[in-house]
Amino acid sequence: MENQEILLEVKNLRTYFMLDEGTVKAVDGVDFTVRRGTTIGIVGESGCGKSVTAMSILQLIDKPGRIVEGEILLNRGGADGITDLAKLSPGSMEMRMVRGDSIAMIFQEPMNSLSPVHTIGNQIIEAIELHRQMSKEDARNHAIEVLRLVGIPKPETRIDAYTFQLSGGMRQRAMIAMALSCNPLLLIADEPTTALDVTTQAQILELMKGLQNQMGMAVMLITHDLGVVAETCREIVVMYLGEVVEQSDVDSLFHDPKHPYTQALLRSIPRLGAGRTQQLNPIEGAVPDPFNRPTGCPFHPRCDQFMAGKCDVIHPDLIRLSDGRAVRCLLYETEGADHHG
Amino acid sequence: MAENTNGRALLTIDNLKMHFPIRKGVLRRIVGAVKAVDDVSFDIMPGETLGLVGESGCGKTTIGRCIVRAYTPTGGHILYGADDSGVDLARLEESNLKAYRRKIRMIFQDPYASLNPRMTVFDIVADPMRIHNIASGSELEDRVNTLLRQVGLRPEHMRRYPHAFSGGQRQRIGIARALALEPELVVADEAVSALDVSVRAQILNLMLQLQKDYNLTYLFISHDLSVVEYLADRVAVMYVGKLVEMAPTNELYNNPRHPYTEALLSAIPVPDPRRRSKRIVLEGDVADPANPPSGCYFHPRCPYAKERCRTETPHLRTVGPKHIAACHFAEELELTGIPPLED
Amino acid sequence: MDSGLPKKMADATGSEHVMPAQRLGVADEKESNVYVASQWKLMWWRFRKHRLAMFAAFVTLMIYMVAVFAEFFAPILPDRTSTQYTYAPPQTLILFDESGFNPHVFGYKSEVDPVALRRTFIIDPEQKIPVGLFVHGYEYNVLGLFPSDIHLIGPKDPVQPMYLLGADRLGRDVLSRMAHGTRISMSIGVVGVTISLVLGIILGGISGYYGGAVDNFIQRVIEFIRSLPTIPLWLGLGAALPVTWGPLQVYFAITIILSFIGWTGLARVVRGRFLTLREEDFVMAARLDGASQRKIMFEHMLPAFYSHIIASVTLSIPGTILAETALSFLGLGLRPPVVSWGVLLQEAQNVRSVATAPWLLVPALGVVVTVLALNFLGAGLRDAADPYA
Repeated sequence: MENQEILLEVKNLRTYFMLDEGTVKAVDGVDFTVRRGTTIGIVGESGCGKSVTAMSILQLIDKPGRIVEGEILLNRGGADGITDLAKLSPGSMEMRMVRGDSIAMIFQEPMNSLSPVHTIGNQIIEAIELHRQMSKEDARNHAIEVLRLVGIPKPETRIDAYTFQLSGGMRQRAMIAMALSCNPLLLIADEPTTALDVTTQAQILELMKGLQNQMGMAVMLITHDLGVVAETCREIVVMYLGEVVEQSDVDSLFHDPKHPYTQALLRSIPRLGAGRTQQLNPIEGAVPDPFNRPTGCPFHPRCDQFMAGKCDVIHPDLIRLSDGRAVRCLLYETEGADHHG
Repeated sequence: MAENTNGRALLTIDNLKMHFPIRKGVLRRIVGAVKAVDDVSFDIMPGETLGLVGESGCGKTTIGRCIVRAYTPTGGHILYGADDSGVDLARLEESNLKAYRRKIRMIFQDPYASLNPRMTVFDIVADPMRIHNIASGSELEDRVNTLLRQVGLRPEHMRRYPHAFSGGQRQRIGIARALALEPELVVADEAVSALDVSVRAQILNLMLQLQKDYNLTYLFISHDLSVVEYLADRVAVMYVGKLVEMAPTNELYNNPRHPYTEALLSAIPVPDPRRRSKRIVLEGDVADPANPPSGCYFHPRCPYAKERCRTETPHLRTVGPKHIAACHFAEELELTGIPPLED
Repeated sequence: MDSGLPKKMADATGSEHVMPAQRLGVADEKESNVYVASQWKLMWWRFRKHRLAMFAAFVTLMIYMVAVFAEFFAPILPDRTSTQYTYAPPQTLILFDESGFNPHVFGYKSEVDPVALRRTFIIDPEQKIPVGLFVHGYEYNVLGLFPSDIHLIGPKDPVQPMYLLGADRLGRDVLSRMAHGTRISMSIGVVGVTISLVLGIILGGISGYYGGAVDNFIQRVIEFIRSLPTIPLWLGLGAALPVTWGPLQVYFAITIILSFIGWTGLARVVRGRFLTLREEDFVMAARLDGASQRKIMFEHMLPAFYSHIIASVTLSIPGTILAETALSFLGLGLRPPVVSWGVLLQEAQNVRSVATAPWLLVPALGVVVTVLALNFLGAGLRDAADPYA
């Protein structure tokens, strides 16, 4: 796994929203790397900053939000080399060439990101023409190809359809087609199947897996659904209240979770096949409101391994463990010290 | 658990139909009907939890709303009562419904939209008791107090408005409102779907606890099969307005007899990378209930469909102990369910 | 299995909440105030943050004060003519002189232009007319209840001329006429919109609550009315009023004509809110509680759109005021001796009078300020109307 080239490296990313009433630290020190051609999952509950992280990578943070610190290093390889996206201005030509070309994004609700007044074909063709030198004719043919690729039946006629003429699953496919039209290096998928039914979700997840194998892009999957990440991702980042609390390969995360939050999260979801014999152990309380972040470790008020006088005072660093995993918890202080590098 | 399956059902749904007319043109002429619920029959035993699952548009929410009589069904019967006083709720006029509105309560999906933001928590929980003349004055206050404590809220917060509470807490308020009238049957429509994963388990456990304490009967409507497995004694699966399979939970999950159930079960993403199973990916989309396919509604997507499925509508029949399914080949097909988890 | 949960949850509730105090801009207030704050309080907190709307609210309040206490603000009777001072220009109010605070205006010296045979006025710094605050002037009844003769400002000697905004063709004081015109114009706005509101709520409510054929019929009627060109319609109706009618009858007739079209907009707002509210979960929850239709309507649905109605009403008052002004300006609305801004502007209809006496356009300024203030206020109210959005 380590031999794969790093495509994107996010270092100490902090995105704050400066409201009149105070600063919301939506993303507060996020580190992770995405390797070429792999799938990384970003998991967390509402308000953990997973979507803001994605928007930060694409520099799509609207005022009053701002990236206040950190680097977002995109390695496009070849002559382009490594670019720090955090340094680019959101409106710059360079950033616009990154969006949709090197990095594409799909959203939970396709209706919000597809225009209702243009045919899906025109929207895809526009995206192609923006990033590729292509004649109108070729762009249209290419658009039909990608629509075929994402499994839309009869793409020659569907290309002239409007979004409202498509079903939910088909819309999501159309949006994926648009995202893939320029062969991105990285596809960011923000809750791509949350609004869909289970059987449609299965279709879309299979489709994304197939496309990834075929096109070799990396995928960053943002979701709250642990089942979805378990089935699709190789590497997982768990976030809580704007911070990465644990980062691990998929198998270790589910079978040897380190952070008390990850452990508690896994204990709180029903396991299929266990029936009524299982016990659900919920995490107490709710995600704190971003204006009132707890002191010390942000998880300490809900943590069942809370150490008084320690967890509520010291804010833990992300500790790198020997097996390439990382965890932000004071329980692992000594372990990390040996291997910190 | 449904120990008393030999006893009388608390609720019997009999050939329930809910057709919504499709109107077109300036004169609003009826040009067709969306058969949201079409000839559905099942019953619920006192004290059990029946899970009703299916994808969006399958009619599960419509059934729930017919039972609480938010909708007046266009056909069929809803017989209520474990004793001989069985009444057909489907036929009752609004004025005669009040007594049943006490016995059958509903928990809503959206904890934000289902609480009137302009009323305090006290009023939200107390209002049903005022309407039914159950309590007033300090007695009312005491009861609200007790109810809030039972659902895990602090009674001293009863003068607050809903905006002061988180999603999980609001759902608790909704549960307190449902319990205020000491109901027998609670219809929970996607009651935990809008909640965060960590909060979801709190509410599920609360519902289990309350069921034990008050001997409640639940109709738990959900699209999430893993949650239903945790909560339900029996599960009914719907597809395009029709019931396609119903069985005790373990039986249905381990040994599905309808290809749609099999596909649904295999589509659930399992939060365990070592259990990645071979997924059955259905082709196409859920059929349009205004214009369903011929024969078995599922046949265009069914991987096992034969000629007979195209022409002949399958009826629900017994395929095992307490197990019914609507598939021509229910006995012949070798379908895979979820193997029981060994720890 | 979760016996410990409720207690522990309850302990945690103190620290978890959704709508933080800060988001509403009440960081200084005690947080718990927010949790027990009613709809109106939340609205007020939100409205308060909207500076322009707050200023507009102040201006609107002032204008209505003038309307209610017009006599107090008017130095002299609005119909008092004075052949001596026709087209007298505005005087400047001077507050201080050598001796300190001593408000006064200068008197006029008139000269007759021998060529144009026109009288021109020159301010005469020799004549000092002392002006006082809260002086005794003509008698009137405050709110029609108790008699008074106090005026905010006026010459200490009532016979001396004071025309702070100049005089018109008949030597009447423009300031006094403005104050009385404000009363008529503003009240036409309010009364007209009230009639629209009653019609709009009843018909829009029926339309939205019952739906179906009734809704269809009312909507078609609304579309028909809205498709009529308003100005010719008003002109026609205005012209049809019998000349023999007294000022009061004309006043009411004009208000009704204006609200004839105004109600359609409000009816649509009410219907739209009803339709969305009917589908709200909390309304269904109230039905399932066994609440009566009446209770659902008055306790759940209406409170949910009071605030929207107030905003819509505020935004529709300017339209009525403008319509009245336009009609009266054209001579088809209110007629003298009733004084409204439109009637006052009639005086400024020809170029000659505007050229010689530009101060006759002051009522137009009143219209502009009022319309702007009401629009900004309405916009602020609309933004604050749904504190839960």
